[in-house]
Amino acid sequence: MSMITLKDIRHSYLPLPVDDIDWALKEMSVEWQDGGAYALLGPSGCGKTTLLNIISGLLQPTEGEVWFGDQNVTDEPADARNIAQVFQFPVVYDTMTVYDNLAFPLRNRGVDEAEVDKRVREIGAMLDLSETLAKRASGLTADGKQKISLGRGLVRENVNVIMFDEPLTVIDPHLKWVLRSKLKELHQRVGATMIYVTHDQTEALTFADQVVVMHDGNVVQVGTPVELFERPQHTFVGHFIGSPGMNVLPCDIDNGKVMFAGQPLQIAGTAGSDVKGRTEIGIRPEFVSFAEDGIPVNIVNSIDVGRFRIVEAHHGDDSIKLLVPEGEGIPADGAHVRFDPAHTRVYIDGWMVGGN
Amino acid sequence: MSLVLKNVVKRVGSETHIYDTSVELHDEGFNILLGTTLSGKTSLIQLMAGLERPTSGEIWFKGKNVTGVPVQKRNVSMVHQQFINYPNFSVFDNIASPLRVVNLSRSAIDERVGRVAEMLKLTPMLGRNPNELSGGQQQRTALARALVKDSDLVLLDEPLANLDYKLREELRDDLPKLFADRGCMVVYATSEPAEALSLGGHTAALHNGQLTQYGETPSVYRQPTSLRSAKVFSDPPINSAPVTKKDGRIHLNDQVSWDATPAQMHIADGQYNIAVRAHHITPTPPSGASVKVSGRILVTELSGSESVAHFVMDDQTWISQSHGVHANKVGAVAQYYIDIDRCLFFDLDNKRIAA
Amino acid sequence: MAVKSNNQKAWLFVLPVVLLVAFNALIPLMTVVNYSVQETFGNNVFFWEGVKWFEDVLHSERFHASLLRQLSFTGIILLIEVPLGVAIALTMPKKGFWVSVCLVLMALPLLIPWNVVGAMWNIFALPEIGLLGRMINGLGIDYNFTQNPTAAWFTTILMDVWHWTSLVVLLAYAGLRSIPDAYFQAAKIDGAGTWAVFRYIQLPKMKRVLTIAILLRFMDSFMIYTEPFVLTGGGPGNTTTFLSIDLVKIALGQFDLGPAAAMSLIYFLIVLLMCWVFYTLMMKNEDQ
Repeated sequence: MSMITLKDIRHSYLPLPVDDIDWALKEMSVEWQDGGAYALLGPSGCGKTTLLNIISGLLQPTEGEVWFGDQNVTDEPADARNIAQVFQFPVVYDTMTVYDNLAFPLRNRGVDEAEVDKRVREIGAMLDLSETLAKRASGLTADGKQKISLGRGLVRENVNVIMFDEPLTVIDPHLKWVLRSKLKELHQRVGATMIYVTHDQTEALTFADQVVVMHDGNVVQVGTPVELFERPQHTFVGHFIGSPGMNVLPCDIDNGKVMFAGQPLQIAGTAGSDVKGRTEIGIRPEFVSFAEDGIPVNIVNSIDVGRFRIVEAHHGDDSIKLLVPEGEGIPADGAHVRFDPAHTRVYIDGWMVGGN
Repeated sequence: MSLVLKNVVKRVGSETHIYDTSVELHDEGFNILLGTTLSGKTSLIQLMAGLERPTSGEIWFKGKNVTGVPVQKRNVSMVHQQFINYPNFSVFDNIASPLRVVNLSRSAIDERVGRVAEMLKLTPMLGRNPNELSGGQQQRTALARALVKDSDLVLLDEPLANLDYKLREELRDDLPKLFADRGCMVVYATSEPAEALSLGGHTAALHNGQLTQYGETPSVYRQPTSLRSAKVFSDPPINSAPVTKKDGRIHLNDQVSWDATPAQMHIADGQYNIAVRAHHITPTPPSGASVKVSGRILVTELSGSESVAHFVMDDQTWISQSHGVHANKVGAVAQYYIDIDRCLFFDLDNKRIAA
Repeated sequence: MAVKSNNQKAWLFVLPVVLLVAFNALIPLMTVVNYSVQETFGNNVFFWEGVKWFEDVLHSERFHASLLRQLSFTGIILLIEVPLGVAIALTMPKKGFWVSVCLVLMALPLLIPWNVVGAMWNIFALPEIGLLGRMINGLGIDYNFTQNPTAAWFTTILMDVWHWTSLVVLLAYAGLRSIPDAYFQAAKIDGAGTWAVFRYIQLPKMKRVLTIAILLRFMDSFMIYTEPFVLTGGGPGNTTTFLSIDLVKIALGQFDLGPAAAMSLIYFLIVLLMCWVFYTLMMKNEDQ
């Protein structure tokens, strides 16, 4: 087990990348601490699977180096890196029993049978597969098969990292949370580094201590779930995490003063006085409320989602979403909204400015 | 215009997919079929489309008995969970395909495809092939094909299930708007309560081939007639537990009891089951009356802006959902407040009693 | 209201097939059955013989010999063509320009009419003028398929392997291409070698197409007629006289219609039985 370091990684699937868009993965350096629970979160096509395959060795990066501890493994193939991976669709060896499936990685490495038996039974018990060890793997349900895939990774001692590529895609929605919490529990028991790739914020935030958010081949923020919610470093993070996502509204910055709707806004931190580029404020719907005065709005839509109502209000051409708790009223005409200053942030060209 | 099922039963071999179901679907807005996998959503959709015929019972549409009328002779459109498009047609030709069948003039086709593509933000993609598009764009193409012809009935079978959740969120917002002035009936199957709520309209709750309740979506959600309906319409799962009412107090267990609220006073003494939604059990007290409970945290889950904790009290797992992102320590004992005004009461047959 | 009666129009659509099968299979088959239980001396004069012809055929050494030849031939070509086909499929490229080249090359032998294949190989293998015949003789091996039974068998089998291995290759290749990449990646990570990948991933995933390949090759080779007839005419002697060649000799050579008809039916039942066995095996696989 060791720390994983990606140094100036860049990847393109084209033989001769020229433009920025030719790169599936833009230049990045990321460190993964030993024993950490990480999630790689982003929409489809953001490059998260590419990054995962570079770490596992199924893909060679066009540029840059991959280090496991103090070893440069950039040129090592997947089987030499001592990693494990669980794929989107369950991979089981159909003709084998569950037991033989779990034993397969050990037998391939010439581990003696007594040790194999001990490890397989231990992992089988950990994954609640003890009852099914003697059964054919092909007869199991999707979640059972996914557990086998995971078990084949866990059964080997000292794997450097276990990677999950959207492992719950084929799992029945009502079993998802069971497996999600099982994974979390396993991480605490096994203590191996785990990287979980997903587009689902709940899966990512539930599983990980550190979430790596990707967008268009870039890493836009690495942070804890609380940080991502409260201090999104990029408007994309604010938009992508949280439902509904953060309101992003154009604003003017005049001598350090943030102006929206012709009114000065109080914000968290300072905007700085010398700004160039596109200026926006970001405020989550949770932190917008109706008020006696403030920004005048027209209410255009209200959706009852049970726990609260999502109200869409317009100020001029700008659409502002806010949440109204269950049982609370929505004002009629002449409504005003106010933004909680502690959670109003300024973004320039998409990136947060002005500290915390 | 209306769609009516009269005592419809569907059996395949020895299995019953749909038990005796009678319902009259509402003309306006979405009709949502809500239920888990195998609850009978897809079977109902296929019966309504005319792809399958009921084992017994009748289906009436627009005042006519259409039982046994094949799908080709009904003016229906359908969108599936998988993105189904003609792979060799451009997006334009895909959308135009239902119109080509009815011999529309070229200019009329151009005009209608253009309008629908504009609505679904597909205009820049019209010349491309579906396999060059993202999942969201492919599904929007399939939706466009359903929208372009003036169907009497549009059936959507979990159309957003295979999309990224952020896209799902956007399309959930857009869908009701797209169908708003179409004058067609929309039936939408989903397994997600949140989706049903945000689409509004009317909801039919389904469980194991049985229709448990049909009505306006918020009212099915807030006034379930049975514990079954409440369970179907709850994500995370609704908490339920037996209680005893005696001498004006409700007893949940030896430690937890509370004075009946004015509404609960009307209930006769005896044993009941209560159900409480996860977001009515919170780590901070609600504004109204509440009762404090404590339990050992088993699992915590975080969505982008909400936290869910599963905790054990009295050998039973309870679920709390609260706003904001709180990292709870697994194994710790934490305190929660049950919003007693919002407890739903059911008799021992799990039929709801007004409280 | 009761459920409406089923649409009877559907029968009209089935009618052409029913007629076709009747003229094509049922009526000729009944004719054969008719012949198999009677003796005829022409002029439409028939004598009832019961199961005599069947007993004769089943006890005839000549039938035993050609059945044995037939089974050996089919067994040998299956043992060669299936592993060889799988091996070739495994070495074929997975993507790019060469895929189409390989597929076209593979399909070529399948496009040649059977009698042409026989004629081609006849000339190809002639000891004096054929390329193959001269080459083998040039190596110092005495090779003449018109006189030497071993050489005749060798040539017949080689011809069949050349003609039909492609079919197995194409089916196996289709089976291999349908395996998702994740399986190979997982196996790599699990440290599986080439043999383990073949044994535990590729072979199980090919099982279904291979069953179909074996079934098709069994039926075709068991009923083979044209190619060996053109190549060797069943000789030298009777050494390459397979069931169908023998059948034609009895029916049209000796004009023993009764025994020939009985033999046809027995032949037909063997093929039917084997197909049933394969079908059951295949269905059993599906269930698992």
